[in-house]
Amino acid sequence: MKKIEAIFRPEKLDDVKTALAENGFFPLTVSDVRGRGAQKGIQLQYRGKMMEVDLIPKIKIEMVIRDDDVPKAIGTIRAAARTGRYGDGRIFVIPVELSAMVRTGLFVSE
Amino acid sequence: MIPDSGNTAFILICTALVMLMTPGVGLFYGGLVRRKNLISMFALSFAALAIVSVQWILFGYSLAFGPDIGGLIGSLEYIGLRGVDFSGAGIPDLLFMAFQMMFAAVTLAIITSAVAERIKLSSFIIFGLLWTTLVYDPLAHWVWGGGWMAASGILDFAGGIVVHISAGWGALALALVIGKRAGFGQYSMEPHNIPLTLLGGALLWFGWFGFNAGSALAANGLAVNALIVTNTAAAAGTLAWMAASWINGKPSSIGMISGSIAGLGAITPAAGFIDPIGAVIIGAVSGLLCYYALLWRLNRSLDESLDAWAIHGVGGVWGTVALGIFAVSGIGGITGLIGGSSAQLALQAVGAVAAVAYAFAVTFMIAKAVDLTMGLRVTEEEEYVGLDISQHGESIYV
Repeated sequence: MKKIEAIFRPEKLDDVKTALAENGFFPLTVSDVRGRGAQKGIQLQYRGKMMEVDLIPKIKIEMVIRDDDVPKAIGTIRAAARTGRYGDGRIFVIPVELSAMVRTGLFVSE
Repeated sequence: MIPDSGNTAFILICTALVMLMTPGVGLFYGGLVRRKNLISMFALSFAALAIVSVQWILFGYSLAFGPDIGGLIGSLEYIGLRGVDFSGAGIPDLLFMAFQMMFAAVTLAIITSAVAERIKLSSFIIFGLLWTTLVYDPLAHWVWGGGWMAASGILDFAGGIVVHISAGWGALALALVIGKRAGFGQYSMEPHNIPLTLLGGALLWFGWFGFNAGSALAANGLAVNALIVTNTAAAAGTLAWMAASWINGKPSSIGMISGSIAGLGAITPAAGFIDPIGAVIIGAVSGLLCYYALLWRLNRSLDESLDAWAIHGVGGVWGTVALGIFAVSGIGGITGLIGGSSAQLALQAVGAVAAVAYAFAVTFMIAKAVDLTMGLRVTEEEEYVGLDISQHGESIYV
Protein backbone atom coordinates (compact mmCIF):
# COMPACT_ATOMS: atom_id res chain seq x y z
CA MET A 1 0.00 0.00 0.00
CA LYS A 2 1.12 3.49 -0.77
CA LYS A 3 -0.14 6.90 0.16
CA ILE A 4 -0.18 9.53 -2.56
CA GLU A 5 0.14 13.12 -1.40
CA ALA A 6 -0.36 15.51 -4.28
CA ILE A 7 -0.05 19.28 -3.97
CA PHE A 8 -1.25 21.34 -6.91
CA ARG A 9 -3.09 24.48 -8.06
CA PRO A 10 -6.48 25.06 -6.37
CA GLU A 11 -8.19 25.81 -9.68
CA LYS A 12 -7.29 22.30 -10.89
CA LEU A 13 -9.18 20.47 -8.13
CA ASP A 14 -12.29 19.75 -10.18
CA ASP A 15 -10.22 18.44 -13.10
CA VAL A 16 -8.11 16.22 -10.86
CA LYS A 17 -11.10 14.85 -8.94
CA THR A 18 -12.92 14.01 -12.16
CA ALA A 19 -9.88 12.40 -13.76
CA LEU A 20 -9.17 10.29 -10.66
CA ALA A 21 -12.77 9.08 -10.51
CA GLU A 22 -12.69 8.18 -14.21
CA ASN A 23 -9.59 6.09 -13.57
CA GLY A 24 -11.06 4.24 -10.63
CA PHE A 25 -9.52 6.24 -7.78
CA PHE A 26 -12.50 7.38 -5.79
CA PRO A 27 -11.65 7.74 -2.06
CA LEU A 28 -9.57 10.80 -1.24
CA THR A 29 -9.04 13.51 1.37
CA VAL A 30 -8.73 17.15 0.30
CA SER A 31 -7.16 20.03 2.23
CA ASP A 32 -6.58 23.71 1.56
CA VAL A 33 -2.91 24.37 2.17
CA ARG A 34 -0.40 27.17 1.63
CA GLY A 35 3.21 26.68 0.90
CA ARG A 36 6.29 27.54 -1.09
CA GLY A 37 8.44 25.67 -3.54
CA ALA A 38 11.83 26.03 -5.15
CA GLN A 39 10.80 29.24 -6.91
CA LYS A 40 10.49 30.99 -3.51
CA GLY A 41 6.94 32.04 -4.27
CA ILE A 42 6.01 34.79 -6.64
CA GLN A 43 7.83 38.10 -6.98
CA LEU A 44 5.73 41.10 -7.84
CA GLN A 45 7.41 44.21 -9.17
CA TYR A 46 6.23 47.30 -7.37
CA ARG A 47 7.63 50.57 -8.69
CA GLY A 48 11.12 49.09 -8.63
CA LYS A 49 10.54 47.56 -5.22
CA MET A 50 10.21 43.80 -5.12
CA MET A 51 7.33 42.34 -3.21
CA GLU A 52 7.44 38.64 -2.39
CA VAL A 53 4.42 36.47 -1.95
CA ASP A 54 6.08 33.38 -0.59
CA LEU A 55 3.16 31.32 0.68
CA ILE A 56 0.86 30.46 -2.16
CA PRO A 57 -2.52 28.77 -1.68
CA LYS A 58 -2.57 25.21 -3.01
CA ILE A 59 -4.72 22.10 -2.72
CA LYS A 60 -3.43 18.88 -1.19
CA ILE A 61 -5.10 15.56 -1.83
CA GLU A 62 -4.24 12.34 -0.03
CA MET A 63 -5.19 8.85 -1.13
CA VAL A 64 -4.08 5.36 -0.17
CA ILE A 65 -3.78 2.93 -3.09
CA ARG A 66 -2.28 -0.39 -4.07
CA ASP A 67 1.41 -0.43 -5.02
CA ASP A 68 0.66 -1.44 -8.60
CA ASP A 69 -1.60 1.57 -9.07
CA VAL A 70 1.05 4.19 -8.22
CA PRO A 71 2.20 4.96 -11.79
CA LYS A 72 -1.40 5.19 -13.00
CA ALA A 73 -2.38 7.53 -10.14
CA ILE A 74 0.63 9.79 -10.70
CA GLY A 75 -0.03 9.88 -14.42
CA THR A 76 -3.67 10.74 -13.89
CA ILE A 77 -2.93 13.58 -11.44
CA ARG A 78 -0.16 15.02 -13.61
CA ALA A 79 -2.29 15.00 -16.74
CA ALA A 80 -5.11 16.84 -14.96
CA ALA A 81 -3.11 19.30 -12.85
CA ARG A 82 -0.29 20.34 -15.17
CA THR A 83 -0.16 23.77 -16.78
CA GLY A 84 3.53 23.66 -17.66
CA ARG A 85 4.38 26.70 -15.54
CA TYR A 86 6.22 27.08 -12.24
CA GLY A 87 3.98 26.27 -9.31
CA ASP A 88 2.21 23.24 -10.76
CA GLY A 89 3.02 21.28 -7.60
CA ARG A 90 4.42 17.99 -6.33
CA ILE A 91 3.37 14.39 -5.87
CA PHE A 92 4.82 12.31 -3.04
CA VAL A 93 4.51 8.56 -2.56
CA ILE A 94 4.74 7.27 1.01
CA PRO A 95 4.67 3.66 2.21
CA VAL A 96 1.64 2.74 4.32
CA GLU A 97 1.87 -0.06 6.87
CA LEU A 98 -1.72 -0.54 7.78
CA SER A 99 -5.19 0.72 7.03
CA ALA A 100 -8.02 0.02 9.46
CA MET A 101 -11.64 0.79 8.76
CA VAL A 102 -13.45 2.51 11.63
CA ARG A 103 -16.86 0.97 10.94
CA THR A 104 -15.85 -2.69 10.56
CA GLY A 105 -12.46 -2.85 12.22
CA LEU A 106 -11.19 -4.48 9.05
CA PHE A 107 -7.42 -4.32 8.67
CA VAL A 108 -5.71 -4.03 5.34
CA SER A 109 -1.96 -4.22 5.25
CA GLU A 110 -1.11 -4.46 1.57
CA MET B 1 -37.12 80.39 -0.69
CA ILE B 2 -36.80 79.19 2.87
CA PRO B 3 -36.21 75.41 3.02
CA ASP B 4 -38.65 73.33 5.00
CA SER B 5 -37.17 71.79 8.17
CA GLY B 6 -39.04 68.48 7.89
CA ASN B 7 -37.98 67.96 4.29
CA THR B 8 -34.42 68.92 5.14
CA ALA B 9 -34.28 66.44 8.02
CA PHE B 10 -35.65 63.67 5.83
CA ILE B 11 -33.26 64.24 2.92
CA LEU B 12 -30.27 64.51 5.28
CA ILE B 13 -31.11 60.99 6.47
CA CYS B 14 -31.76 59.75 2.93
CA THR B 15 -28.32 61.04 1.91
CA ALA B 16 -26.77 58.89 4.63
CA LEU B 17 -28.90 55.92 3.55
CA VAL B 18 -27.73 56.20 -0.05
CA MET B 19 -24.11 56.55 1.08
CA LEU B 20 -24.44 53.14 2.79
CA MET B 21 -25.35 51.58 -0.56
CA THR B 22 -21.82 52.03 -1.89
CA PRO B 23 -20.15 49.86 0.77
CA GLY B 24 -23.22 47.64 0.33
CA VAL B 25 -22.24 47.13 -3.30
CA GLY B 26 -18.68 46.41 -2.13
CA LEU B 27 -19.84 43.66 0.22
CA PHE B 28 -22.30 42.29 -2.32
CA TYR B 29 -19.55 42.02 -4.93
CA GLY B 30 -16.86 41.06 -2.41
CA GLY B 31 -18.68 37.90 -1.43
CA LEU B 32 -19.12 36.89 -5.07
CA VAL B 33 -15.42 36.84 -5.95
CA ARG B 34 -12.69 34.43 -4.87
CA ARG B 35 -11.19 35.01 -1.44
CA LYS B 36 -8.01 36.51 -2.87
CA ASN B 37 -9.99 39.45 -4.29
CA LEU B 38 -12.44 40.36 -1.54
CA ILE B 39 -10.51 43.34 -0.21
CA SER B 40 -9.98 44.59 -3.73
CA MET B 41 -13.70 44.46 -4.52
CA PHE B 42 -14.63 46.29 -1.35
CA ALA B 43 -11.82 48.81 -1.88
CA LEU B 44 -13.00 49.55 -5.43
CA SER B 45 -16.38 50.61 -4.04
CA PHE B 46 -14.74 52.82 -1.44
CA ALA B 47 -12.49 54.25 -4.13
CA ALA B 48 -15.60 55.04 -6.18
CA LEU B 49 -17.14 56.86 -3.22
CA ALA B 50 -13.98 58.88 -2.64
CA ILE B 51 -13.30 59.73 -6.30
CA VAL B 52 -16.87 60.82 -6.99
CA SER B 53 -17.21 62.76 -3.73
CA VAL B 54 -14.29 65.00 -4.67
CA GLN B 55 -15.12 65.22 -8.38
CA TRP B 56 -18.73 66.11 -7.57
CA ILE B 57 -18.02 69.15 -5.42
CA LEU B 58 -15.27 70.40 -7.74
CA PHE B 59 -17.18 70.26 -11.03
CA GLY B 60 -19.39 67.16 -11.33
CA TYR B 61 -22.39 68.78 -9.69
CA SER B 62 -22.04 71.79 -11.94
CA LEU B 63 -21.86 69.64 -15.10
CA ALA B 64 -24.96 67.71 -14.04
CA PHE B 65 -27.09 70.44 -12.46
CA GLY B 66 -25.59 73.72 -13.62
CA PRO B 67 -27.47 76.03 -16.03
CA ASP B 68 -28.26 74.10 -19.23
CA ILE B 69 -26.08 74.37 -22.34
CA GLY B 70 -27.89 73.14 -25.45
CA GLY B 71 -29.75 70.39 -23.57
CA LEU B 72 -26.52 68.40 -23.34
CA ILE B 73 -24.53 69.49 -20.30
CA GLY B 74 -24.59 71.88 -17.37
CA SER B 75 -22.32 74.93 -17.37
CA LEU B 76 -19.49 75.39 -14.91
CA GLU B 77 -21.36 78.09 -13.01
CA TYR B 78 -21.39 76.00 -9.83
CA ILE B 79 -17.71 75.05 -10.07
CA GLY B 80 -16.36 74.32 -6.58
CA LEU B 81 -19.95 74.74 -5.35
CA ARG B 82 -19.87 78.46 -6.08
CA GLY B 83 -23.29 79.94 -5.29
CA VAL B 84 -24.66 76.64 -3.94
CA ASP B 85 -25.89 77.54 -0.48
CA PHE B 86 -28.46 77.05 2.27
CA SER B 87 -31.35 78.48 0.30
CA GLY B 88 -33.49 76.38 -1.99
CA ALA B 89 -36.96 75.16 -2.80
CA GLY B 90 -38.03 72.74 -0.07
CA ILE B 91 -34.48 71.72 0.84
CA PRO B 92 -31.19 73.65 0.76
CA ASP B 93 -29.37 73.49 -2.58
CA LEU B 94 -26.32 72.19 -0.72
CA LEU B 95 -28.31 69.24 0.57
CA PHE B 96 -29.66 68.45 -2.90
CA MET B 97 -26.05 68.50 -4.09
CA ALA B 98 -24.99 66.04 -1.34
CA PHE B 99 -27.95 63.73 -1.94
CA GLN B 100 -27.15 63.58 -5.66
CA MET B 101 -23.46 63.01 -4.91
CA MET B 102 -24.29 59.67 -3.30
CA PHE B 103 -26.17 58.58 -6.43
CA ALA B 104 -23.14 59.34 -8.58
CA ALA B 105 -20.90 57.41 -6.18
CA VAL B 106 -22.97 54.23 -6.06
CA THR B 107 -23.27 54.23 -9.86
CA LEU B 108 -19.51 54.07 -10.26
CA ALA B 109 -19.37 51.33 -7.62
CA ILE B 110 -21.89 49.22 -9.55
CA ILE B 111 -19.75 49.29 -12.70
CA THR B 112 -16.84 47.58 -10.88
CA SER B 113 -18.67 44.31 -11.57
CA ALA B 114 -17.14 44.31 -15.05
CA VAL B 115 -13.53 44.44 -13.90
CA ALA B 116 -13.65 42.20 -10.85
CA GLU B 117 -10.47 40.27 -10.03
CA ARG B 118 -8.36 41.80 -12.83
CA ILE B 119 -8.38 45.63 -12.76
CA LYS B 120 -5.35 47.71 -11.90
CA LEU B 121 -6.35 50.06 -9.10
CA SER B 122 -4.54 53.03 -10.66
CA SER B 123 -6.33 52.47 -13.97
CA PHE B 124 -9.67 52.22 -12.20
CA ILE B 125 -9.11 55.61 -10.54
CA ILE B 126 -8.45 57.26 -13.91
CA PHE B 127 -11.26 55.35 -15.61
CA GLY B 128 -13.65 56.22 -12.79
CA LEU B 129 -12.86 59.90 -12.94
CA LEU B 130 -13.39 59.98 -16.71
CA TRP B 131 -16.50 57.82 -16.53
CA THR B 132 -18.31 59.83 -13.88
CA THR B 133 -17.44 63.02 -15.77
CA LEU B 134 -18.25 61.90 -19.32
CA VAL B 135 -21.03 59.36 -18.80
CA TYR B 136 -22.74 59.95 -15.47
CA ASP B 137 -22.74 63.76 -15.37
CA PRO B 138 -24.20 64.28 -18.88
CA LEU B 139 -26.87 61.60 -18.34
CA ALA B 140 -27.81 63.10 -14.99
CA HIS B 141 -28.06 66.46 -16.72
CA TRP B 142 -30.22 65.12 -19.56
CA VAL B 143 -32.75 63.58 -17.20
CA TRP B 144 -32.64 65.63 -13.98
CA GLY B 145 -30.65 68.76 -14.71
CA GLY B 146 -32.91 70.30 -17.35
CA GLY B 147 -31.35 68.60 -20.36
CA TRP B 148 -33.01 67.28 -23.53
CA MET B 149 -34.65 64.24 -21.95
CA ALA B 150 -36.30 66.33 -19.25
CA ALA B 151 -37.41 68.86 -21.90
CA SER B 152 -39.02 66.17 -24.03
CA GLY B 153 -40.88 64.67 -21.07
CA ILE B 154 -38.83 61.50 -20.52
CA LEU B 155 -39.17 60.53 -16.85
CA ASP B 156 -36.84 58.85 -14.40
CA PHE B 157 -37.92 59.15 -10.79
CA ALA B 158 -34.78 57.96 -9.02
CA GLY B 159 -32.25 56.73 -11.53
CA GLY B 160 -33.38 53.91 -13.83
CA ILE B 161 -31.66 55.70 -16.69
CA VAL B 162 -29.06 57.72 -14.82
CA VAL B 163 -27.88 55.00 -12.45
CA HIS B 164 -28.91 51.54 -13.63
CA ILE B 165 -28.82 51.80 -17.41
CA SER B 166 -25.60 53.81 -17.32
CA ALA B 167 -23.80 51.46 -14.91
CA GLY B 168 -25.23 48.26 -16.39
CA TRP B 169 -24.58 48.96 -20.06
CA GLY B 170 -21.34 50.70 -19.20
CA ALA B 171 -20.27 47.51 -17.40
CA LEU B 172 -20.99 45.47 -20.52
CA ALA B 173 -18.76 47.74 -22.64
CA LEU B 174 -16.04 47.77 -19.98
CA ALA B 175 -16.08 43.96 -19.72
CA LEU B 176 -15.65 43.66 -23.49
CA VAL B 177 -12.60 45.94 -23.39
CA ILE B 178 -10.85 44.43 -20.37
CA GLY B 179 -11.49 40.81 -21.41
CA LYS B 180 -12.20 37.66 -19.44
CA ARG B 181 -10.58 36.65 -16.20
CA ALA B 182 -7.79 34.09 -16.61
CA GLY B 183 -9.42 30.68 -16.46
CA PHE B 184 -12.96 31.94 -17.02
CA GLY B 185 -15.01 29.06 -18.40
CA GLN B 186 -12.19 26.58 -17.70
CA TYR B 187 -12.53 26.13 -13.97
CA SER B 188 -15.09 27.20 -11.44
CA MET B 189 -15.02 30.65 -9.87
CA GLU B 190 -17.56 30.03 -7.16
CA PRO B 191 -18.52 32.88 -4.81
CA HIS B 192 -16.36 32.45 -1.74
CA ASN B 193 -18.51 34.12 0.90
CA ILE B 194 -22.26 34.06 0.33
CA PRO B 195 -23.23 35.64 3.70
CA LEU B 196 -21.24 38.77 2.77
CA THR B 197 -23.16 39.01 -0.47
CA LEU B 198 -26.44 38.64 1.39
CA LEU B 199 -25.37 41.30 3.88
CA GLY B 200 -24.39 43.65 1.06
CA GLY B 201 -27.70 42.99 -0.66
CA ALA B 202 -29.58 43.67 2.57
CA LEU B 203 -27.76 47.00 2.95
CA LEU B 204 -28.70 47.83 -0.64
CA TRP B 205 -32.38 47.09 -0.03
CA PHE B 206 -32.25 49.23 3.13
CA GLY B 207 -30.39 52.07 1.45
CA TRP B 208 -32.79 51.96 -1.49
CA PHE B 209 -35.52 53.42 0.70
CA GLY B 210 -33.40 56.57 0.90
CA PHE B 211 -32.65 56.32 -2.81
CA ASN B 212 -36.27 56.12 -3.99
CA ALA B 213 -38.29 57.73 -1.20
CA GLY B 214 -35.71 60.52 -0.96
CA SER B 215 -36.14 61.17 -4.67
CA ALA B 216 -39.48 62.78 -3.81
CA LEU B 217 -37.17 65.47 -2.31
CA ALA B 218 -39.76 65.98 0.41
CA ALA B 219 -41.23 64.15 3.39
CA ASN B 220 -44.62 63.68 1.77
CA GLY B 221 -47.09 61.15 0.40
CA LEU B 222 -45.07 60.64 -2.76
CA ALA B 223 -42.10 59.55 -0.65
CA VAL B 224 -44.35 57.13 1.23
CA ASN B 225 -45.60 55.67 -2.06
CA ALA B 226 -42.03 55.35 -3.33
CA LEU B 227 -40.96 53.49 -0.19
CA ILE B 228 -43.87 51.04 -0.42
CA VAL B 229 -43.50 50.27 -4.13
CA THR B 230 -39.74 49.90 -3.65
CA ASN B 231 -40.21 47.27 -0.98
CA THR B 232 -42.94 45.58 -3.02
CA ALA B 233 -40.88 45.32 -6.20
CA ALA B 234 -37.87 44.04 -4.29
CA ALA B 235 -40.03 41.34 -2.71
CA ALA B 236 -41.66 40.37 -6.02
CA GLY B 237 -38.27 40.23 -7.74
CA THR B 238 -36.90 38.01 -4.97
CA LEU B 239 -39.77 35.54 -5.31
CA ALA B 240 -39.70 35.53 -9.12
CA TRP B 241 -35.97 34.76 -9.33
CA MET B 242 -36.36 32.17 -6.59
CA ALA B 243 -39.15 30.46 -8.54
CA ALA B 244 -37.22 30.53 -11.83
CA SER B 245 -34.09 29.07 -10.26
CA TRP B 246 -36.14 26.50 -8.33
CA ILE B 247 -37.59 25.14 -11.57
CA ASN B 248 -34.06 24.80 -12.93
CA GLY B 249 -32.47 23.38 -9.79
CA LYS B 250 -32.19 24.74 -6.26
CA PRO B 251 -33.43 28.16 -5.12
CA SER B 252 -30.09 29.66 -4.14
CA SER B 253 -29.83 32.56 -1.70
CA ILE B 254 -27.65 34.41 -4.21
CA GLY B 255 -30.48 34.03 -6.70
CA MET B 256 -32.94 35.45 -4.19
CA ILE B 257 -30.82 38.49 -3.40
CA SER B 258 -30.09 39.00 -7.10
CA GLY B 259 -33.85 39.00 -7.66
CA SER B 260 -34.20 41.64 -4.95
CA ILE B 261 -31.71 43.89 -6.71
CA ALA B 262 -33.40 43.22 -10.05
CA GLY B 263 -36.74 44.33 -8.60
CA LEU B 264 -35.15 47.36 -6.94
CA GLY B 265 -33.37 48.44 -10.12
CA ALA B 266 -36.55 48.19 -12.14
CA ILE B 267 -38.77 50.06 -9.68
CA THR B 268 -36.30 52.94 -9.35
CA PRO B 269 -37.40 54.96 -12.40
CA ALA B 270 -41.09 54.26 -11.78
CA ALA B 271 -41.30 54.64 -7.99
CA GLY B 272 -43.02 58.04 -8.12
CA PHE B 273 -45.59 57.12 -10.77
CA ILE B 274 -47.01 53.68 -10.06
CA ASP B 275 -49.05 51.96 -7.37
CA PRO B 276 -48.13 48.86 -5.32
CA ILE B 277 -49.98 46.48 -7.65
CA GLY B 278 -47.99 47.80 -10.60
CA ALA B 279 -44.89 47.31 -8.45
CA VAL B 280 -45.64 43.60 -8.01
CA ILE B 281 -45.72 43.16 -11.79
CA ILE B 282 -42.66 45.33 -12.46
CA GLY B 283 -40.65 43.53 -9.77
CA ALA B 284 -41.68 40.01 -10.77
CA VAL B 285 -41.06 40.58 -14.48
CA SER B 286 -37.70 42.12 -13.66
CA GLY B 287 -36.70 39.11 -11.57
CA LEU B 288 -37.43 36.78 -14.49
CA LEU B 289 -35.94 39.04 -17.18
CA CYS B 290 -32.70 39.56 -15.29
CA TYR B 291 -32.43 35.85 -14.46
CA TYR B 292 -32.65 34.93 -18.15
CA ALA B 293 -30.31 37.79 -19.08
CA LEU B 294 -27.75 36.27 -16.70
CA LEU B 295 -28.17 32.82 -18.26
CA TRP B 296 -27.80 34.37 -21.72
CA ARG B 297 -24.57 36.04 -20.64
CA LEU B 298 -23.19 32.77 -19.31
CA ASN B 299 -24.13 30.92 -22.49
CA ARG B 300 -22.34 33.54 -24.57
CA SER B 301 -19.36 33.11 -22.21
CA LEU B 302 -19.25 36.85 -21.55
CA ASP B 303 -17.27 37.66 -18.42
CA GLU B 304 -19.23 40.64 -17.15
CA SER B 305 -18.28 39.06 -13.91
CA LEU B 306 -20.81 40.04 -11.28
CA ASP B 307 -23.77 40.82 -13.54
CA ALA B 308 -24.21 44.56 -13.33
CA TRP B 309 -25.44 44.33 -16.92
CA ALA B 310 -27.87 41.46 -16.41
CA ILE B 311 -29.33 42.90 -13.22
CA HIS B 312 -28.95 46.69 -13.32
CA GLY B 313 -28.73 47.16 -17.08
CA VAL B 314 -31.62 44.93 -18.09
CA GLY B 315 -33.69 45.77 -14.99
CA GLY B 316 -33.14 49.49 -15.58
CA VAL B 317 -34.33 49.29 -19.18
CA TRP B 318 -37.39 47.28 -18.17
CA GLY B 319 -38.30 49.68 -15.34
CA THR B 320 -37.80 52.76 -17.51
CA VAL B 321 -40.18 51.33 -20.12
CA ALA B 322 -42.56 49.88 -17.51
CA LEU B 323 -43.10 53.38 -16.14
CA GLY B 324 -44.85 54.14 -19.45
CA ILE B 325 -47.01 51.05 -19.07
CA PHE B 326 -48.09 51.09 -15.42
CA ALA B 327 -48.10 54.80 -14.50
CA VAL B 328 -51.22 55.82 -12.58
CA SER B 329 -52.19 59.48 -12.88
CA GLY B 330 -53.32 59.74 -9.25
CA ILE B 331 -49.76 59.19 -8.02
CA GLY B 332 -47.37 61.14 -10.21
CA GLY B 333 -49.75 62.81 -12.66
CA ILE B 334 -48.76 60.49 -15.53
CA THR B 335 -51.04 58.01 -17.28
CA GLY B 336 -49.49 54.88 -18.71
CA LEU B 337 -50.58 52.33 -21.27
CA ILE B 338 -52.93 50.53 -18.87
CA GLY B 339 -54.68 53.88 -18.33
CA GLY B 340 -55.13 54.14 -22.09
CA SER B 341 -52.29 56.47 -23.02
CA SER B 342 -49.29 55.35 -25.06
CA ALA B 343 -47.54 58.73 -25.30
CA GLN B 344 -45.38 58.22 -22.17
CA LEU B 345 -44.44 54.69 -23.21
CA ALA B 346 -43.01 55.97 -26.49
CA LEU B 347 -41.06 58.66 -24.65
CA GLN B 348 -39.68 56.15 -22.15
CA ALA B 349 -38.57 53.82 -24.93
CA VAL B 350 -36.68 56.67 -26.60
CA GLY B 351 -35.05 57.56 -23.28
CA ALA B 352 -34.00 53.98 -22.58
CA VAL B 353 -32.55 53.41 -26.05
CA ALA B 354 -30.67 56.71 -26.06
CA ALA B 355 -29.22 56.05 -22.60
CA VAL B 356 -28.15 52.51 -23.52
CA ALA B 357 -26.44 53.71 -26.69
CA TYR B 358 -24.70 56.65 -24.99
CA ALA B 359 -23.54 54.72 -21.92
CA PHE B 360 -22.29 51.77 -23.96
CA ALA B 361 -20.49 53.79 -26.64
CA VAL B 362 -18.82 56.35 -24.40
CA THR B 363 -17.81 53.77 -21.78
CA PHE B 364 -16.28 51.65 -24.53
CA MET B 365 -14.22 54.62 -25.76
CA ILE B 366 -13.05 55.63 -22.28
CA ALA B 367 -12.10 52.04 -21.45
CA LYS B 368 -10.19 51.69 -24.73
CA ALA B 369 -8.35 54.95 -24.12
CA VAL B 370 -7.31 53.95 -20.58
CA ASP B 371 -6.35 50.47 -21.80
CA LEU B 372 -4.14 51.83 -24.58
CA THR B 373 -2.42 54.40 -22.39
CA MET B 374 -1.91 52.70 -19.03
CA GLY B 375 -3.44 49.25 -19.38
CA LEU B 376 -6.58 48.20 -17.55
CA ARG B 377 -5.39 44.78 -16.46
CA VAL B 378 -2.92 43.63 -13.87
CA THR B 379 -0.20 41.22 -15.01
CA GLU B 380 -0.96 37.53 -15.22
CA GLU B 381 0.99 36.80 -12.03
CA GLU B 382 -0.74 39.57 -10.10
CA GLU B 383 -4.08 38.22 -11.22
CA TYR B 384 -3.07 34.73 -10.12
CA VAL B 385 -1.95 35.87 -6.68
CA GLY B 386 -5.07 38.00 -6.37
CA LEU B 387 -5.66 41.73 -6.24
CA ASP B 388 -5.75 41.89 -2.43
CA ILE B 389 -2.05 41.16 -2.23
CA SER B 390 -0.96 42.58 -5.58
CA GLN B 391 -2.90 45.85 -5.42
CA HIS B 392 -3.24 46.47 -1.70
CA GLY B 393 -0.55 44.37 -0.05
CA GLU B 394 -3.18 42.86 2.21
CA SER B 395 -4.88 39.55 2.69
CA ILE B 396 -8.11 38.59 4.47
CA TYR B 397 -6.55 35.61 6.24
CA VAL B 398 -3.51 35.79 8.44
